[in-house]
Amino acid sequence: MTLATLAMLAPRLAHEFPVADAVGPEWAAWILWLPALSTVLCGMCAALRVRNKLPAWITVSLLSGSFILTAMLFAGYEQPVTIHLVDWFGITWSDTTFVANFAFYVDRLTLLWMLFVTGLGTLIALYAGEYMEGDVGAGYSRFFAGISVFLFAMIALVMADNLLMLYLGWEGVGFASYWLIGYYYRKPSAVAAAKKAFIVNRIGDLGLALAVYLTWHAFGTVQYAELFAAVQANDFSAEAGGWSVQAIPFLLMLAAFGKSAQLPLYVWLPDAMEGPTPVSALIHAATMVTAGVFLLCRMFPLMVLNELALPVVAWVGGLTALFAASIAMAQHDIKRIFAYSTISQLGYMFLGVGLFTTAGAAYHVFTHAFFKAVLFLTAGAVMHGFAGQIDLRKVSGLRHMPGWRVTSYTMLYACMCLAGVPLVTNGFWSKDAIMAEAFAAVGPGYTALAIIALVTALLTAYYTFRVWFRVCAGPVHYEPGLEQHGDAAGGAFHPHPPRLVINLVLLTISAGAVASIFCAEWINGMIEGSTAAGGLPAVHEAHEGAGVWSDPHAWMPYVAGAVGLVGIAIAWYLHLANRTAADDLKRALQGNVVSAWLPRAMENKWYVDELYHGLIRAPLWLLGHILNLLDRYVLDMVIVDGVARIPRMLGRGFQPLANGVLQSYAVSMVGGVALIAILVFVMPEFLEMLNGWIGGAR
Amino acid sequence: MTSLTLSHFLFTSAVLFVIGVIGFVTRRNMIVMFLCTELMFQGAAIAMVSVGRYHLDVSGQVFVIFILTIAAAEAALALALVVLLFRRRETLNAEAWSELGEP
Repeated sequence: MTLATLAMLAPRLAHEFPVADAVGPEWAAWILWLPALSTVLCGMCAALRVRNKLPAWITVSLLSGSFILTAMLFAGYEQPVTIHLVDWFGITWSDTTFVANFAFYVDRLTLLWMLFVTGLGTLIALYAGEYMEGDVGAGYSRFFAGISVFLFAMIALVMADNLLMLYLGWEGVGFASYWLIGYYYRKPSAVAAAKKAFIVNRIGDLGLALAVYLTWHAFGTVQYAELFAAVQANDFSAEAGGWSVQAIPFLLMLAAFGKSAQLPLYVWLPDAMEGPTPVSALIHAATMVTAGVFLLCRMFPLMVLNELALPVVAWVGGLTALFAASIAMAQHDIKRIFAYSTISQLGYMFLGVGLFTTAGAAYHVFTHAFFKAVLFLTAGAVMHGFAGQIDLRKVSGLRHMPGWRVTSYTMLYACMCLAGVPLVTNGFWSKDAIMAEAFAAVGPGYTALAIIALVTALLTAYYTFRVWFRVCAGPVHYEPGLEQHGDAAGGAFHPHPPRLVINLVLLTISAGAVASIFCAEWINGMIEGSTAAGGLPAVHEAHEGAGVWSDPHAWMPYVAGAVGLVGIAIAWYLHLANRTAADDLKRALQGNVVSAWLPRAMENKWYVDELYHGLIRAPLWLLGHILNLLDRYVLDMVIVDGVARIPRMLGRGFQPLANGVLQSYAVSMVGGVALIAILVFVMPEFLEMLNGWIGGAR
Repeated sequence: MTSLTLSHFLFTSAVLFVIGVIGFVTRRNMIVMFLCTELMFQGAAIAMVSVGRYHLDVSGQVFVIFILTIAAAEAALALALVVLLFRRRETLNAEAWSELGEP
């Protein structure tokens, strides 16, 4: 298949979408200012050394205010609007302008994202108020200031009316993520993880910065309203632009892959689990990592500027989904498993975007936000209750322990959602929307991609229920972790079950997950009226009206449901019914020469970290050391010290003259005068030369 | 009888100056060294007067008057200094004062 045929197969944007031309209500500005205010107040709490839970209550109340305002904005929504907050950049030179204000672009896509960002943000802040209580008076204010900064940046990112403000939010969430991953700054692994997240994200950010620049270069504006109008007027084609326009979708893609942890930039997300668990839930599972999907949905009209861009997105998404799922199967750290499952599910979302079903992708973002938040929060509750224990081999039978029922069963429901148990779970419906589209869509190798998605669904169901069957089911057995404090030291360890607030948050978010089952149509509508309105009737027409078996949307629910149940059954057999079977299987694989590498490679995450270490870190380390030696020995020793040594050596030459003996001074003085006199006497030109010097000085 | 020319005066002045220099360099006694500087002064003064006379210009003599005045004031100052230095070290040897030397 040549490149030209590939391009022929690639879809084109067919739908028109409304572009904002009205002005929205001004009070909406408080959606952004409330988290900013919360940051300032938490900072003041830190400065005043507040020793109670005040920062948590400030954050929760202001964030819920933000959520209520968002809901009001949603309730009163009629058409896409812009809301002007503050002038920011407004530069004009000759006939060019660059305008980027603090302003909101509110369409349905914005509202969809804002609803779950602020809603889940509030609930998770409430949970964190309880979870972080061990740090009251120490890092508590700092933690909530970080959460507020994160929400401020995320809201700026989602609501921005221009690419520059989006970029501000983009960098802001990256910074907040760094702040919160490195929250335990005395722990070297947490600091390293924070740095890793920041540095890997920088690669993506470079893509976004270049994309913003090229967009301005090509369209003369970075404001969405003008930009989308220009793209629509141009019939979504890039013929006028040349390579610099064609590059925009790929740069946006790079940015999205960095922020949303896709191949090859996913390596930071599993390590980001070093942060406190509410941070993992909020930032690294439910909201921030979906910023990449949001970027592509928001910039969807630009993504079709190059025909190959969306197929690349689809393939990267599909491969990431499979790759991350295969790693998640062999991990023992619960949070790490959920981190890889996040990467895997984000892969599904990108698959959806790449397959033109932005509605499916957004639906999966929405459902995933709920069930993944629950999964992380339950993992956090386990970690909190068992003194930092997070190894699934060391906690068992949680549901039989007193006080752990809510945690166990909300986790079960979230696991079911992730595994895609038919009908009763939201994950089933949203994943189904994407996978059916994978079978339906026509594109380069999309059938293989669809099969990959299906296999990934099987793996997902397996590794998800591996966690649940190990941790929540089976005989009661536990070992405490290393973070025993106060009460548990000395005597026997007793896990302390989660408190009421944590249970309430878990139940609320689970209820949200249940509710989101019925949101498919609503989200379709939300996407249809926004910039992400892709939809491609041409592809579907081929399948419609030709019987059930030729329309993937008709048979996909059965297949996907069956695959999910099979995965759960395998997990049940290996990890509940016969717990030694998994180890036997591993031993059998290792015993066989052909397959011995497989379990080890999966446990070691396919050696990707080692590969990056060898290909990127080690050469940079070597280069750094060479430059260090160059600096130390050539620059410092030869050039800097060498130059400094010249006056000293000269001085040492003249030093004997200053011997403190009066007569010797007199002799040198007289000698000097005599020397000049002799010079003048034997060569009169010298006198003229002296005259010249003196005259020159005058 | 040959008449006196400018050269004679300048020669006298040079001789006085060189005697002063040699004395200054060779002797260690601070009072003698001071006297030698006076000799150099007078050598210079003779050169001034004689060149002034040669050019029929009084400014040479005016200079000398000034030099003599200042030399008198300076002599008082320098001798007082020598007395103070003597009191500090109980010796007139100039080598007793060599703190400025680099070790």
